Amino acid sequence: MLKFKRTPPCKTSADGCGTCARKVALVGNPNVGKSVLFNALTGAYVTVSNYPGTSVEVARGSVSINGVPCEVIDTPGMYSILPITEEERVAREILLHESPDVVIHVLDARNLERMLSMTLQLIEAGLPVILVVNIMDEAERMGLSIDIPLLQEKLCIPVIGAAAAKKIGLPALKETIAGYVRSKRAVFCYGKRLEADLMEIMALLAGRYAIAKKSLALLLLQRDEEVAGIVRETEGAAFAAIEEKVREKIFARRSSFHLELSLERKAVVKGLMEGVFHTFSKRKPVIGERLSSWAVRPLTGVPLLLAALYFGLYKFVGEFGAGTLVDFLEGTVFEGYISPWMVSLFNWIIPWDILRELFVGEYGIVTLGLRYAIGIILPIVTTFFLFFSILEDSGYFPRLALLVDRVFKKIGLTGRAVIPMVLGFGCDTMATMVTRTLETVRERIIATLLLALAIPCSAQLGVILALLSRFPGALAVWSVCMVLIFLLVGLLASRVVPGESPMFYMELPPMRLPQFSNVLTKTYSRVQWYLVEILPLFILASVLLWLGKVTNFFQTLVLWMKPAMAAIGLPQETAIAFIFGFFRRDYGAAGLYDLQTTGLLDARQLTVAAVTLTLFVPCIAQFLIMQKERGTKVAVAIAVFVSAMAFSCGYFLNKFLLLTGIL
Amino acid sequence: MNGKLSEKAEEILEKLWIEVEEEGNFFMDMEKIPLTPDDPVFHELTDWALIEMKDGQVSLRPEGKEEGLKVVRRFRLAERLMMDVFNIRGEAAREKACQLEHLLNEGVDTKVCTLLNHPSTCPHGKPIPPGQCCLEARMSGNLGVVPLTELKANEEGEIAYIQTEDNKKMQKLMAMGVLPGNRIRLTQTFPSYIFIVGFSEFAIDTNMAREIFVRR
Repeated sequence: MLKFKRTPPCKTSADGCGTCARKVALVGNPNVGKSVLFNALTGAYVTVSNYPGTSVEVARGSVSINGVPCEVIDTPGMYSILPITEEERVAREILLHESPDVVIHVLDARNLERMLSMTLQLIEAGLPVILVVNIMDEAERMGLSIDIPLLQEKLCIPVIGAAAAKKIGLPALKETIAGYVRSKRAVFCYGKRLEADLMEIMALLAGRYAIAKKSLALLLLQRDEEVAGIVRETEGAAFAAIEEKVREKIFARRSSFHLELSLERKAVVKGLMEGVFHTFSKRKPVIGERLSSWAVRPLTGVPLLLAALYFGLYKFVGEFGAGTLVDFLEGTVFEGYISPWMVSLFNWIIPWDILRELFVGEYGIVTLGLRYAIGIILPIVTTFFLFFSILEDSGYFPRLALLVDRVFKKIGLTGRAVIPMVLGFGCDTMATMVTRTLETVRERIIATLLLALAIPCSAQLGVILALLSRFPGALAVWSVCMVLIFLLVGLLASRVVPGESPMFYMELPPMRLPQFSNVLTKTYSRVQWYLVEILPLFILASVLLWLGKVTNFFQTLVLWMKPAMAAIGLPQETAIAFIFGFFRRDYGAAGLYDLQTTGLLDARQLTVAAVTLTLFVPCIAQFLIMQKERGTKVAVAIAVFVSAMAFSCGYFLNKFLLLTGIL
Repeated sequence: MNGKLSEKAEEILEKLWIEVEEEGNFFMDMEKIPLTPDDPVFHELTDWALIEMKDGQVSLRPEGKEEGLKVVRRFRLAERLMMDVFNIRGEAAREKACQLEHLLNEGVDTKVCTLLNHPSTCPHGKPIPPGQCCLEARMSGNLGVVPLTELKANEEGEIAYIQTEDNKKMQKLMAMGVLPGNRIRLTQTFPSYIFIVGFSEFAIDTNMAREIFVRR
């Protein structure tokens, strides 16, 4: 889903340097298969998903295509050359600033009519476009037929029919990329009045631009501020006159310019579609469509969701991942083989006690860090990501999004936020990064806050479920607390956080059977990201804990925290778990696990500790991402609020439980 | 009826009609209207045989009821026009509607009514007496242009226009293929609106659905 590395773009581009690779940019609507094509072309892996808007960052891959060195760029989905969301801005930036040698416009054959409008815009911009009509196989199954050669003739650009997921059309595309020579292209005309207006503006544009002046003029008329900025920079003093002319035209067309332009484009597309697009038969509803209609109706959708959660999250992640797998890896493999073996190994090679402690002591890198990371956290996270990838690939999430939209509106979010929220149950850090797909700053802040506060990550969830499953009452209290706090804080945040209220719209991709290989690769890349991100932190935490122990700093810290622990009715040893928790939330929960097995906590204390720890300060990694995504001020404010909230909730919950004697 | 009533006469007819038809009284006190027998308007109304007077109580004749209904209809249409089209509300809207109603005769009322898609109530919730045009529209089954929210699940229509002040919203909708002239099929209305345009399915919230206008 995400490519976290951002490789720097190739330095030289238009100046014809021979050593530089041919730059190939993939653009198109969300969810048309750009990432699949990227993977097929480069052999690299970007997570592919059946959820619109999942490529947040730009992925790049260097590869030789039929002997021609190429740098392939995968961009976030864009609906039009005029950007509205952040992702679209990122995608367009590549077109505006990197002057790609080939622009591959990928579109969905089933929606040719709707998406051709963007092909027009790209051609109009003077970009070197190759059109890939993708998903031909599903279109054929639906009884559609598309005359590719005729379309190519009409557009005067290379057009290739493809089914990227099945590698159909790939050789033809590679050949076209390798042999691409910029040649003539079709010219489309709008109505007389619009053309005249455009001519007037184009006449004033004197500078050199990456895209055609007609496009620039159109974007200026659509009040594109970024383009206005570029023109201002390029034209210098002459910009005032341009600005004046544009303002005049905008005013004259103020009533409905966007609509008129769309209709003009639609008319051109209609002409292009003639003879190209045929529908043959009425299609029969397939299983996916029936499942889809169940998923979107509250009456059937809610039970379906609960079933998915019960079997996926509770049975598979909870019982199988956090139970069976953890028992095996942690209990049998680590306790039985690795730890004793490592202890004797280090006893043999390191003579100094203190240094030996660092590796195999109470907080040792092997006996604590690696054991936690690989023995406890890894199986839980892996099973969660597997579950998540299956749901994602099936196309279920957009349906879930529309189902919860009304509830999410109450807490200042839209259904769109369902992806980061569900992903948060896997890893809050990853989810915080994904909040950038939300449209308004307000939504992003609220989502970040809720993730930091009330969404336990899978590792934490797994450990907590395992901990509390012995006391069903405790599990119920914990769940009710989390749901209440989630809704309450959401309600409050939606009142307090300023900003425009969001709108919800989403394309529903067809539901389909998850592809096994796709699910596996997706899970693999997520787990890999997770390990790369957390393993160093676990080791760092071990080192710090070891330092703390050696210097007696932790004993002091535990003493300092004693009043706070006493206030929420916990033994002082729990402080250790909270200190762990600052390094990683799951680490803290795993610390609780240790305490519970030694019999230090009763049901009430366990519940209070679990609630406080779930709410408590996000782990270091999440804090760093919060700071990167939302800025230091917001991140610190959220962290302070979350800590205060965690301890006061713990305090009141403890009082409440003591008073009522439920547990 | 030939000629045209004076504005004052129309206002009195309006008051009387509401008192008789909506409040359910048969008469109205002369002082309450207020009207005096030496008022030229009184003579105008009695000359046209629209009202009758008995013991200081005024009542409507059948012709008066018919004329009063038209006056009330024009006034309430004018109110709707103020609110829905000109976006003028409150006392200002009432004042302007009072002035405008007198211009809505000789077929102008029919045009306004059609423009507003034959509304059934005024902004205050009172019924607007249906005119000939409303009845004809109902008979022909042509319901005109309605927001997407008024369609039932599995109904189909042609997109007539998009009405929104938010440019981004407009662009988003257009990018989804919500363009005038395209066919749209609504498949679900709760908890979100789901519709099909072309071969794609989309979900939107009520606020967006309200801004898509569809011709059934």
